[in-house]
Amino acid sequence: MSNILLCGVGGQGTVLASRLIAFAAMEKGESVRTSETIGMSQRGGCVVSHVRTGRSIASPMIPKGSADIIIAFEPGEAVRNIDYLKPDGTVIVNKKAVKPVTASLTGSDYDGSAAFGYFEQTGRRMSIVDGDYICEQCGSPKVLNIALLASAAATGELGLTVDELKDAIVRFMPGKFHAMNLKAVELVSGT
Amino acid sequence: MSKRFLMGNEAIALGALHAGVNVVSGYPGTPSTEILETIAKNNKDKSVYVEWSVNEKAALEVAAGAAYSGARSLVTMKQVGLNVASDPLMSLAYVGVKGGMVVVSADDPGPISSQTEQDTRHFAQFAKLPVFDPSSPEEAYEMIKEAFEVSERYNTPVLFRPTTRVCHGCADVEIADSFDPHKPEGFVRDTKRWVIFPRASYLNHVRIEKRDPVLGDEFSASRFNLLTGSGRLGIATHGISFAYTSEVLADAAGEYKLLKVGTPNPFPEKLALEFLNGLDEVVCIEELDPVIERALTYTVGKHHLGVKIRGKLDGTVQPAGENTVESVRDVLSKFLDIKYKRQELPPLPELPVRPPVLCAGCPHRASFYAVKQAVRGRKAVFAGDIGCYTLGNAMPLDMVDTCLCMGADVTIAQGIHRVEPDTLNFSFIGDSTFFASGMTGVVNAVYNQTDIILIVLDNSTTAMTGHQPHPGTGVTMMGDVCAKVSIPRILEAVGCSYVRTVDPLDLAAAQNAVREAADMKGVRAIIMKSPCIAVTKPQRLFEINSEKCINCKKCIRELGCPAIVLTDGRPAIEPSLCYGCGICAQVCPVKAIDRPAGEEAAK
Ligand code: SF4
Ligand code: SF4
Repeated sequence: MSNILLCGVGGQGTVLASRLIAFAAMEKGESVRTSETIGMSQRGGCVVSHVRTGRSIASPMIPKGSADIIIAFEPGEAVRNIDYLKPDGTVIVNKKAVKPVTASLTGSDYDGSAAFGYFEQTGRRMSIVDGDYICEQCGSPKVLNIALLASAAATGELGLTVDELKDAIVRFMPGKFHAMNLKAVELVSGT
Repeated sequence: MSKRFLMGNEAIALGALHAGVNVVSGYPGTPSTEILETIAKNNKDKSVYVEWSVNEKAALEVAAGAAYSGARSLVTMKQVGLNVASDPLMSLAYVGVKGGMVVVSADDPGPISSQTEQDTRHFAQFAKLPVFDPSSPEEAYEMIKEAFEVSERYNTPVLFRPTTRVCHGCADVEIADSFDPHKPEGFVRDTKRWVIFPRASYLNHVRIEKRDPVLGDEFSASRFNLLTGSGRLGIATHGISFAYTSEVLADAAGEYKLLKVGTPNPFPEKLALEFLNGLDEVVCIEELDPVIERALTYTVGKHHLGVKIRGKLDGTVQPAGENTVESVRDVLSKFLDIKYKRQELPPLPELPVRPPVLCAGCPHRASFYAVKQAVRGRKAVFAGDIGCYTLGNAMPLDMVDTCLCMGADVTIAQGIHRVEPDTLNFSFIGDSTFFASGMTGVVNAVYNQTDIILIVLDNSTTAMTGHQPHPGTGVTMMGDVCAKVSIPRILEAVGCSYVRTVDPLDLAAAQNAVREAADMKGVRAIIMKSPCIAVTKPQRLFEINSEKCINCKKCIRELGCPAIVLTDGRPAIEPSLCYGCGICAQVCPVKAIDRPAGEEAAK
C-alpha cells in the first residue's frame, strides 16, 4: 500500500497530480482511494489531496504518521502537513514559497526559509525541486505538478517509476501538453 | 461490469442513470454540485431531462411533478438547500409519488463549505421520509439504485444523504455496462391523490405511521446495514466514520461488535436489538447529530436493556466538527483499550495563515472597492450574501457586515434600515443568488418603501460552486441556447427608483453611480457587470514601473489582490497570477502601474 499526500495552495494543480497517480495505479490493477479539497479553499487557501493505493483501503484520508511521501507544492504547506508523514517518509518540496495576501498586507517576511530549517532540524528525507526553473525551461507554469511527481517517482517511493509516470502523461493528458510535461520529467529525473 | 475511477458524486450520478432516472433537477451547492453535472455530461443522447433550477424549492417541485407522472426523478442540493426545499418536501412526504423520486441532500461536517452542520438524517425523521447514508463511492453507487426502488415500492420520496468526504472522495467503482431504461406511465388524474387536503393528510399521516415499522423491519435486513463481531462491547457508526472506524479497527485485537447503519430512518430496530443483545456498553461514532445514539438509547429504554450508550451526548465523542481517523482512534483506544503512540514532533515554525481570498483580477474586488470609496465617511452598513463575494469580508476590503443565507442580504438590509434610518443600507447579491432568492426581497423593499441600495454583482456565472449556468447566462444544462433573463429589466419592472448597469473595472464610473444612488431615496439598484475571470480570457498584464513607484503601498493596502506581492519591501506584480483587470493601475496615485507597451497577453 502507498499513501501519498499532496499539498499546496489553491490553484497550484494538486488535484490533477493526484488524479494522475490514481489513474496510473488503477491501470496496474490496484485499488485507489483519494480525497480532495473542493470549495472555498480553492480560492487561495490551503489544499490537500490524499491518495491511497493498494488493497482493501478503508479510509480515503491518510491516517497521521503513515504517509510514505508528501509532495508539497509550497514549503510552508509541507510543514503544515508534516504530521501525516511516517517517521522514515520522504518530502518532495517545491523551492518557492507562496506568500498569502495577508503576508503582503501585514508586511510579514514569510519566505519559506523557516520551513526548510524545520526539515533540516527534524532530519527528514527531503528533495527540493526548483519549480520556477523547470517551469521557465518548459515554458509554462503548468508543469510544476509534473516536475514534483517526477522527483517523487525518482525516489522510488511513489509506487510509480519515472517511466510509468511518462507513460501516464501520454495516456491521460491531452496531446498538446505532452511535450512540455515530458520535458519537465526529463529535467527533474535526468532521464 | 467494469471498473471506473469515480468521485463519490460521479458514482451517485451514474447509479441514478443506471437506475433509469428520467428527470434530474437541482441547485448547485458544495459538496453536491458534481452529481448533476455528471448526469449532464453523460447525457449525450439527451434521453434524460437535466436542469439547474433557479433554487432548491423549484428543483424539488419539478422533480415531484415528474414523479407524479411516473418518471424516476432525482433532485440534488446541499443540506442548507434542503431548508429552501422543505416546504414542498414536507407536504410531498404526505402526498407521495408514483415514479421513484430521490432527493440528494449532501451534508458537510466541519463545516468545510457551509453555513451549518445540520444533519439530513434528522430532517428525514422530521419529514417522515426514508433516508440512505452511504459510506463510500462504491456503496453510494449501489445504494442510489436501492433508494429508487424503495421510493417506488412505498410511493414516497426518499432522501439520500452523502457527506463531503463521500461526495469528494474518489475510488475505483465497479459499474454496470448496461441498464434498463425506465418508461414513465404519464400523469393520471386523481384528485384524491395529488391534491393535498386536510382530510387526505390525516389519512396519509396514518398510512405513514403504519408504514414506518414495516419499512424499518425491511431495513433491518438491508445489505446497507452491517452487523459483525461478538463480545460485550459495541461500536455503532455510519457513513464515512465507518471507514475511519474500520481503519482504526484493522490494527485492534480484542472482541467487539460493530454496527454500521446505512438506513437511519426508519430506524432498523430489529437489527439494533440483535446488536444490543449481550452488550454492556456501546460507543456511537457519528458526525453531525447523534442520530444513531438517540435511536439506540430509545431502543434500550423501550426494551429495558441494561446497555450503556456512549457518544456525543455524554461527551465521549466530540459534539461538533468532522471526525478523522485520529479522532476515532482517540475514542476507540480508550473504549477498547488499544495502545498506540502518537508521533512526537518538534514544535512547528510559524506558518502563514491562508484564508481564502477573491482571485486576482476578480471583478468583485473592484465592485467592493468602488462602493467603499464612494461612501467613505458616510454611515453605511453592508449586507452580504452567499457566494464568492462573501470573501469581500476579508481585509483590506472589509465590506461584508452580515451574511446569513441565500438572498438574506436584501431583506436583512431592510430590517437594519428600519432601526437605523439614517444609514446607507447596501445589499450585495450575486447574479445566481439574485435569481435563487433575491428577487422576492427586492419586491418586499419596493412594496414597503424601504430605502436600500442593491448592488448586483453580475459575473455571468455561479462562480463559487464551479461555474454553473443560471437564468441570466442564456444556456441550459441540456446544451440549449435560451433567452437570457435580464436583471435590470426585472428591477425596472418591480419599480426600483434607480437602475444602472456599470462595469466595476471602470472604477470612476462605478463610484459615480454609487454616489448618485446614495443621494437618492427608494430602492436603488446598480448592476456591477463584469465576467468572472474563470469564464473569460486574461487581459494584457500589468507591471509596476519601479522608477515611478514611490512605494506608498496603496495598491497593497487598499486592494488585497493576490497578484501584488511585497518583494524586498517593494510591491511587484506576479505575472503568473495577474489577470490584467487594471484596477491597481487606477488606484496608484502616481500612475506607476501600466501595461508594458505592445505585449500581448502572456497566458
Ligand atoms: S495585479 Fe492589478 S491588474 Fe493584475 S489582477 Fe491584480 S489588480 Fe488586476
Ligand atoms: S500604489 Fe503605485 S506608487 Fe504606491 S506602492 Fe503601489 S505601485 Fe507604488
